[in-house]
Amino acid sequence: MRPALIVPLVVFLGLVSVFMLRLIALGEGETPNRLPSVLIDRPVPAFALPELPGRGRPLRSEDLKGQVSLVNIFGSWCVACLVEHPFLMRIKRLVPIHGIDWRDKAEQGAAWLRRQGDPYDRVGWDPDSRVAIDFGVTGAPETFIVDAAGMIRYKHIGPVTPKVWEETLWPLIERLRRP
Amino acid sequence: MTAHERNLKTNRGGGRALPHTPTIRDSLRAVIGVVSFLAVSFPLLAVEPAEILVDPALEARARDVSQRLRCVVCQNQSIDDSNAELAHDMRVLVRERIVAGDADEDVVRFMVDRYGDFVTLMPPFKPATWALWFGPVVFVLLALSVARGLFRRRGMAPATAPLSEEEKRRLRVLMGEGDGRA
Repeated sequence: MRPALIVPLVVFLGLVSVFMLRLIALGEGETPNRLPSVLIDRPVPAFALPELPGRGRPLRSEDLKGQVSLVNIFGSWCVACLVEHPFLMRIKRLVPIHGIDWRDKAEQGAAWLRRQGDPYDRVGWDPDSRVAIDFGVTGAPETFIVDAAGMIRYKHIGPVTPKVWEETLWPLIERLRRP
Repeated sequence: MTAHERNLKTNRGGGRALPHTPTIRDSLRAVIGVVSFLAVSFPLLAVEPAEILVDPALEARARDVSQRLRCVVCQNQSIDDSNAELAHDMRVLVRERIVAGDADEDVVRFMVDRYGDFVTLMPPFKPATWALWFGPVVFVLLALSVARGLFRRRGMAPATAPLSEEEKRRLRVLMGEGDGRA
């Protein structure tokens, strides 16, 4: 066959295989619209959020220093947060979880925690996205792993599932805890 | 007299159309009506009145910066276009920083520091994005050179070879010019 015929065929088949691979990856749950965080390995932004009414223990950036912890973005309006909530209740013994109640009415956030259970050590209230934007948040839930020096080491988008916990979050937490 | 009244008049005066039978003129009138309605309606603004700055110059800058920033929730809209709550909060933040004296570029950098280059709708020009900027041009040039090669080869195709003696003989037979002997 003449090269003039083969070259377009090869290019075409190449394109088809690229599209096929992307389709398969999408079918297996890859989400190309998720943004990589530029904050990884950078210190947590400086902030001081007020407490939820009647709960006490508000959250400031200073509280994130000293030990490895999770920072979980949630809201009483957030359906996917309900999905991960029972699992957060299970892992709260293993690592301190701090919450940021994002774009919520303070009373509703507090009531939600009373109703669903409260897995958090400290909770800050962020009604106008100030701290959420500093964290590069695009939606809820999102969970950050912060190391003992107060550096953001990982960002998980979407509910924390047992699979994500066992395969990614917990191994990283254990590694960060090692001196 | 409005165009509408004039149309009514001509219809009545002409009396060509049967009562209640839509004429071409009626349909035209309906089309003109719809088009003029669309022409005077405005696209809905995502920017809420409470957000708008009093100083029109600062507000214009805020609108311009907002149009360059991507809504990270809807991803194909600017925060200026988007009704997402996070876009609202980002617009408020943009205005606050502009009022506080930030240059437009400082505001954009503030967002890029938090969300990465993706937050700008126009990708920045740097090595990682060269493929994005030059890719289309490279592909067009590639296509042109391939096309040129194909056409040139076609142009240079050898002229048809002359008929051999055997072919000439068969031709003569087919044309009924004897038994084929020259």
